[in-house]
Amino acid sequence: MDRRQFSKTLAAAGAASALSPFGILRAQSQRLKVGVILPRSGVQGFIGQSCQKGADLAPGVIREMLGVDIELMNADWESNVDTARTRAERLIQEGAHVLVGPFDSGAATAIAQVAEQRGVPFVINIAAAPPITEQGYKFVFRNFQTAGDIVRNGLALIGDLFRATNTVPRTAVFMHVNDTFGQAMARGIGAILPTQTQLPFKIVETISYDPAAKDLTVEIGKAKATNADFLLLVCRLNDAILLRREMVKQRWYPMGVISPGSPGMYEEQFFKALGKHSEHCISNVPWYNPNAELTKVVEKAFLKQNPKDKLVFHGLNAGFTFEAILIAADSYKRARSTEPKTLAEAIRQTNITSKMMLGGPIKFNAKGQVEGIGSACLQNLNLVPTVVLPQAAATAKPVFPMPRA
Amino acid sequence: MDPVNVANLALAGVLTGLVYGLMALGLSVIFGVVRVVNFAHGEMMTIAMYAAVVLFTTLGLDPFLAILPVALAFFVLGYAMQAGLINPFITRPEHSQFMLLVAVAIIMVNALLVIFGPGARSVQLDYLLESIELGPLLLDRGKFYAALVACAASAALFAFFRYTPTGRAIRACADNWLGAKVVGLNVKHYYAFTFGLGSACVAIAGCMMVLLVDVTPPLGPYYTLLAFVIVIVGGLGSMAGALLGGVLIGVSEALAGLFITPSAKSMFSFGLLILVLLLRPQGLLGRRP
Repeated sequence: MDRRQFSKTLAAAGAASALSPFGILRAQSQRLKVGVILPRSGVQGFIGQSCQKGADLAPGVIREMLGVDIELMNADWESNVDTARTRAERLIQEGAHVLVGPFDSGAATAIAQVAEQRGVPFVINIAAAPPITEQGYKFVFRNFQTAGDIVRNGLALIGDLFRATNTVPRTAVFMHVNDTFGQAMARGIGAILPTQTQLPFKIVETISYDPAAKDLTVEIGKAKATNADFLLLVCRLNDAILLRREMVKQRWYPMGVISPGSPGMYEEQFFKALGKHSEHCISNVPWYNPNAELTKVVEKAFLKQNPKDKLVFHGLNAGFTFEAILIAADSYKRARSTEPKTLAEAIRQTNITSKMMLGGPIKFNAKGQVEGIGSACLQNLNLVPTVVLPQAAATAKPVFPMPRA
Repeated sequence: MDPVNVANLALAGVLTGLVYGLMALGLSVIFGVVRVVNFAHGEMMTIAMYAAVVLFTTLGLDPFLAILPVALAFFVLGYAMQAGLINPFITRPEHSQFMLLVAVAIIMVNALLVIFGPGARSVQLDYLLESIELGPLLLDRGKFYAALVACAASAALFAFFRYTPTGRAIRACADNWLGAKVVGLNVKHYYAFTFGLGSACVAIAGCMMVLLVDVTPPLGPYYTLLAFVIVIVGGLGSMAGALLGGVLIGVSEALAGLFITPSAKSMFSFGLLILVLLLRPQGLLGRRP
């Protein structure tokens, strides 16, 4: 075979592979490599591990649903934003077709920059800071509420809670963790609360604290001194445990502890660490629809992988992480390619109606943000996070004011 | 501002400060006698905290009961470390000592990471969520007991150095190393003994600290820095200064958090450090060199 013949044969083979259905099959038989980047250690370690459970069950469920093979490439960003950046770089170097994670706004911001520079799609599972999808990024997508949406939905549910329990608290002390997420939520509350004229309370003091704090005696002492009717709290997990312990020690019994949309108080570790003192805390957060078909499938797979655990303790973390991988797999199936630009474009065209989490279909707007994700009011009852509002999804009635433990 | 609340927080600051003081006491004792600054001090306390957690989770041993075995083990560890590792560096330049102990500290942190992982560990005891009512004041039960132990351990250490022949011999070695050798004291042994005592101090502080905070490997450098701030404020080498420094830092952090902002807590203790360095470089109870 001379050079000319060789070129002709090569061109013919290329055309055939591009046009034939066998080419399509070959693309489909390729595995989608999903770089899952989570804080599986450090201060956010427990939440990262909770998210990981949603990732671990995804390949099996998605293979059954879509016939797509997924290879998870797990990375731990150790609750350190700098590590998040380097882990994302490494995952891309090792061949990840898409990144999923990272349960934190600061880390999401760092990974988004890497993904955008390297041109690899990044589907955010959980991170609420609005600027992440305001940068005009082409490869960054978020299937989670922004801080503004969380606050708006969370405050609306607080109003519903007061109406449902015929209570009229007049004052709140607002405590928030002083990190990217906490600051975004604080800004959201500062901007949205004054417009919610139906809410009967005003914030008498705002106290921010270090997310890695080892002792919150002073913070709780200061909050107690305000004599506020209830504590409005934007927290993480470890600090939520510290705060609740300190409230018990300082014998501070407000009407309630209500999060307008933050992690911590519905996590398994919160119940394990505090026992009866975890009771009646309230979190208004994006949550899964227990009646959805997909939820039942996921719950079954979850129990198979974690026989001693319950999905309800990982609802938000596992649910959104699973959905992020589902988005990637669904896009890959439609794109029939792992080529980053094609995959990103397919993600942009996503329209998943059969989903697990509350709210409308998964559809990205021009900024790469899913709109219309719903929230639920969860109250810790009998050591289980229980949906108490909205009434359509509720499995118990809300208890407010909280009784003394 | 409610005066009861201020008093409550100041009291909490005193109690935490006493445990800080006990931790720093170990550093001060070692420097006062051996003239070596232990840059692995916080890491040693973190190891003691893990030891207390392991004894609690495996044997159900309350950290107050864990004090004895952990302190004993740390005394032996400290003695061996001084005799086998640090002693050859005593006459070497200070930067060599610094590098040696920083290396030891890094090895300790990484060993803890390998053995226990980076997640937080704690002891769960019912009484740690209780408070003692003292008129209008509320005392955190765990902190109160920990502070009592810190006071008892400090008093025992004072008494040891003042009233026992070994204590007097160690003070002699600290005052005049050559003179002590001339009169036939085994200086190497007493140095190692002192390092063992300082390590036992830090072990007791670790057993108490685990009642107040959850332990993770990266806590070590934080506590090393805190111990330095305390002994510099109190006076490096002064045992009473270490306790005073601990209480001052504890109270100032509590009150700064209350009157300014909680985020200013650490800023305030470092501000205090700078103030002391400017106005009284030898520390509040330290002797002029």
